[in-house]
Parts: sequence; C-alpha cells; structure tokens
Amino acid sequence: MRRRWHILVVDDEATMTESLAAWLREDGYSVDTASCGNEAIEKARAREYAIYFVDLKMPGGLDGIETMAEIRRLQPEAAVIVITAYATVDTAITAMKEGAQEYVVKPCHPQEISLLVERIIRVKNLQRENAILRRKLTRQYRFHDLVSKNPRMAEVFELVREVASQRSTVLIQGESGTGKELVARAIHYSGERGARPFVAVSCAALAETLLESELFGHERGAFTGALAQKKGKFELADGGTVFLDEIGDVSPKLQVDLLRVLQERRFFRVGGTSEIEVDVRVIAATHRDLAAEARAGRFRDDLFYRLNVINVRLPPLRERREDVPLLAQEFLDRLSHELGREVNGLSDEALRVLLDHDWPGNVRELENAVERALVTCKEGVLTAEDFAFLRREAQPPLTGVDLPPGLTLQEIERQYVAATLRRLQGNVKAAADALGIDRSTLYEKIRRYEIPR
Amino acid sequence: MSVALVAVGPVPEPPLARIEECVRAAFRLEVRRLSPVAEPAEAYVPSRGQWSSSELLRVLLQQRPPGCSRLLGVTERDLFVPVLSFVYGQAQLGGAAAVFSLARLRPEFHALPSDAAALQRRAAVEAVHELGHTFGLVHCRRPHCPMSLSVDLADLDRKTAELCPGCSALLEGSLPMKRTRAQRTADRP
Repeated sequence: MRRRWHILVVDDEATMTESLAAWLREDGYSVDTASCGNEAIEKARAREYAIYFVDLKMPGGLDGIETMAEIRRLQPEAAVIVITAYATVDTAITAMKEGAQEYVVKPCHPQEISLLVERIIRVKNLQRENAILRRKLTRQYRFHDLVSKNPRMAEVFELVREVASQRSTVLIQGESGTGKELVARAIHYSGERGARPFVAVSCAALAETLLESELFGHERGAFTGALAQKKGKFELADGGTVFLDEIGDVSPKLQVDLLRVLQERRFFRVGGTSEIEVDVRVIAATHRDLAAEARAGRFRDDLFYRLNVINVRLPPLRERREDVPLLAQEFLDRLSHELGREVNGLSDEALRVLLDHDWPGNVRELENAVERALVTCKEGVLTAEDFAFLRREAQPPLTGVDLPPGLTLQEIERQYVAATLRRLQGNVKAAADALGIDRSTLYEKIRRYEIPR
Repeated sequence: MSVALVAVGPVPEPPLARIEECVRAAFRLEVRRLSPVAEPAEAYVPSRGQWSSSELLRVLLQQRPPGCSRLLGVTERDLFVPVLSFVYGQAQLGGAAAVFSLARLRPEFHALPSDAAALQRRAAVEAVHELGHTFGLVHCRRPHCPMSLSVDLADLDRKTAELCPGCSALLEGSLPMKRTRAQRTADRP
C-alpha cells in the first residue's frame, strides 16, 4: 500500500494556503496549513511532514528563511520548497543556501508544482524502500543486539538459542569489545529466565573485599561502613542470571567462594551466619585464556571446569571482517539518529579504511570510531577523511598484548611476537620488519615459543 | 441522489448535452439541468484577467437547489486559483460542488483550429474528473482514467470519460446507496 505523505503549506495569505492545499489534496496527499512561521514550527514538532511549502515573505514573527531554518533543524530529512511572489536572484540564492530544495515563483504553472512534488516524493519513496530493505538485511543477520553474517558468529547464535533455556553455566571468551555481555544478555533474554533479573558485575572493577560484598551482600556491622544490611548480586538475581564479567581477574579467595556457590547454589552474606539459597544461572566472561591461566596455576582448575560447562568463543572483529560494513551501517543508522546528524552512509573509500583497520578494540572500537566520525563529518556521507584518526592511532606498539604483572621477560617477548604476527595476519616478513629483526630470527622465536600462525 | 448541472454565463448546448450524458453514465446518477446563472462579477480579477474558481464555487454553493447532492458548474471563463497560473476546474474534495472551464479546452485558445468534437470530449472528461473529486476520488495514476492529473491538452486527450476499475470500485464504496447485484448485471453491456 502506498504511504500517504504529509505536506505542510505555510503562507500568511489564506487564499494561497487553501488553494495550494486543495490542489495537493486532489493529488492524494495529506495536507495541513499554517498561517505563520511559529504555527508551522509548532506543527513540525507535532508531525513529520515530507514536504514544506514556505512563503518567503510573512509579516510579523518569523520570515520564510527563519521558518525554514527551524524546520530543517527539527526535521533535517524534510524537503522545503520556498514560494514567493517577489522573485529576485538574491532571494533565490539565499533560500537555496539556507537549504531550500526548490524555489517556486507564484503564480506558477500547475505542472510545475505537480512535477516538483512528484519528484520529491519519488525520492522519498526510494529512500523509504532503501531503509526497509536495509532493515530487512540487518534483521537477517541480527540476533538480539548482535549483528553478524560471519559463519562462526552464526554458530554462536545457534548455540545461544540451544542453551538459552538450560541452567548450565556458560563461559564466554573473547577479546575486549567483542560483545561478551551482549551474548550473555541474548542467552538470558531468549530463555525462560528472560522475565527475571539480569545482573551484571564487573569483577575487574572492584577490590577483593568490595567484590565479595557486592556479590554476596553483607550484614549490618560486618565491616566498617556497613551501616545496614545489603543484598548481594546473587540474591538480587534470584530466578534470573548473574553475569560475572572478567572472571579471570578474581582473587584466589573469591574463586573458592564462587566455586561453592556454583556447586551448592548457597552462600553466606559477608558477616552473616545463615545460609542463603538462590536459583541463579551464572554466565561468566573473560578476555583471558582461562584454560592457560588454570594450567599456569593462576586460576583454580575446579572453578574453570565448573564455569566451562558451555563454552562460547567470540572471534575478534579482524577475523570477521565481512561484518565491518554491516556493523558500521548499523552504528551509523542508530548514532546519526541519536546525535541528530543527517548522514546517510559511508563512502567506498571510508569502507576501505574500516576494512583495512585491525580493530584491536573490536566492535566497541568500531562503534566509537563511527561516533567520532559522525561528530566531525561535514558531508552527508562519512568519508575516508572522517576516519583519518584510525590511521594515526593504528601504531601502538603493544596492540593486542595483555601484560598482567608478574610476567617473565620471555613471556612478554612471546606475547609481543604473537600479537605482532596476529596484527599482520601472519605475514612473517612484515612482522620481522615491524619487530626490527630478520626473518630467520623471527622463525626461530616462533619455533621456540610455539607461536601459532 | 442526483447531480445538478448549471451553466455559469453563456455556454453552448452541445458540450452541456455531452456532459450530461457522460456524467450519467460514469456515476449512474440522475442529472438535472438547472437554469443558467450569470457570472458573479466579484469572481473576476482584473489584474490577472481571469476568474477565481474558488469565488465561483462559493457563489454556486449559495444557489444550490434543495434535493441535489452535487452541483457542477460549467463556464467559458478562464479560471485560476491564487497559487497557480490557471486551473481547468476546481472541486471540493469530498464536498458538494465543482466548477470547470471550457476556455482552455477549446483548440482556439491554443491557436489551433476549432474542433467541436474535441471540445465536447474534453468537456465530458473534465466534468467526470471534477465530479469524481466531490466523491472523494484523488488523482489516479492510470493515464486513461478521467481521474488522472492533466495540466495540458495532451494529458486531457489521453483520457476517456470512463472511470478505471480502481476508481470505479472506490466510487462504489463512497456512494451511500450501493447498487444491487441485479442492477450491476443490468448495467453490463
């Protein structure tokens, strides 16, 4: 069915507004009228019009140019047609400079108005069709708030669907910014616990004692400052899901407490004497290789096995580059709306820049990059120039290397060599150049450290 | 339900007769001919040398006889609305009255040889178009339908006085008294 487009005619002369409105209504459009700029702006706030006909000269209050500027601020996508009985080259230039799409001198030939409106509406229909198709395309690759057409991500979506209604613990592993919390939320909201609370805790953000109190709550007087009893995240999530982000960062003592909760679904509040029983599903996430951490003795292996009942591994963005255009457009659509910027797409060169970038910060970095480009862009599309900052930032020497305290020099070298190889897609010559060593030395290090390529 | 047809100022009989016949066929309604009325002087705008169609409509509505649901005025005067340089006619969308002009339907207006048959054909099409608006029909995308938009004679001459199936169906929905299946069968050629 054809959408009925709305048009607003703004003119201080009632005969003008009425005759133009009547003519447009016969064409099947829904037409409102306004007798001054202020009334037009009020109507523009209340309804979205596809086209505004604005008279240039309106006595008292806002004139046509001021009205048009305000309308364009409120509805940047609307077309404004300026109409005037006093045409001069200067007024025409001013109107067009201020953003008028067309300039019409009245009285005009009926064909002029009809063709003009038809042309604008044809473009609007195409834009709308384009938006619908784009939405359909995105929906095809969408799972909750996750968007991907990568086969490995499709497997993740499938796994999430399968495990959503179970109570089994899930361990999500992936680099920072790959969307671990989004996957956890997808598991929670697509399962039977969806209507119950989803409580997220960042284990890396809090000191050990604070985290303990945060997770299990505390009794009044349990420690200095505990002025009242407080429920912990496990209690608050009863019936739902607790999401333990950065589980690899919790202290050995807390690992023991968590193990007990996972085994018995019971715990004590800090300073408490009575046991509390909860029905909670635990989803944990980490950017670390938890198996390696367990092997190295830094993470309890019994807790690791308890957590690792269902394992979800999220590939970094550089390993699913086909998602970059899809995600960039998704962020562009959402953020341009939120930021009130009229930007409709990305140039081919801009996409090239995005595809060439390594995205050490993954999807989160891409989202931030699109937002930054949107804020500074000057055109209706994002260009390569708008993403120039990516090239400047792409040089950090420790990209992708995570260096927790206590590493040996050899371990640091191993991680750095591996990260450099990853960043350069396993290209040994490029990696050797970047590291300032010759190829044979690099091969020797790869062999010695057993670095996968 | 009936349509009243009225000449506004002197209008020759042949186009009026053709209009009457085509309106009856297109809308399947009784058409009553009213006595001609004089052009209201206040509708004339000397600065444009044209007649205001809105003003003509306003005056016609005041003279609308009881019992007629639609009133169609026909004039030889060149019509305009303020925002446009001319109009062939004007109707109240979903209202009671419409008016149209024969002036620009005449080949002579465009410096072409007179053609009585063409004038009558165009008059019939324009009458159905404007009356269609009073029944709530908007412009149709089919170029042969009388409800399609016309801004020049080429547009007009592409049209017939017979409503397309889509507009006929819409019209049927808008008429308060729906015809019975027997009537529709009888109407078929």
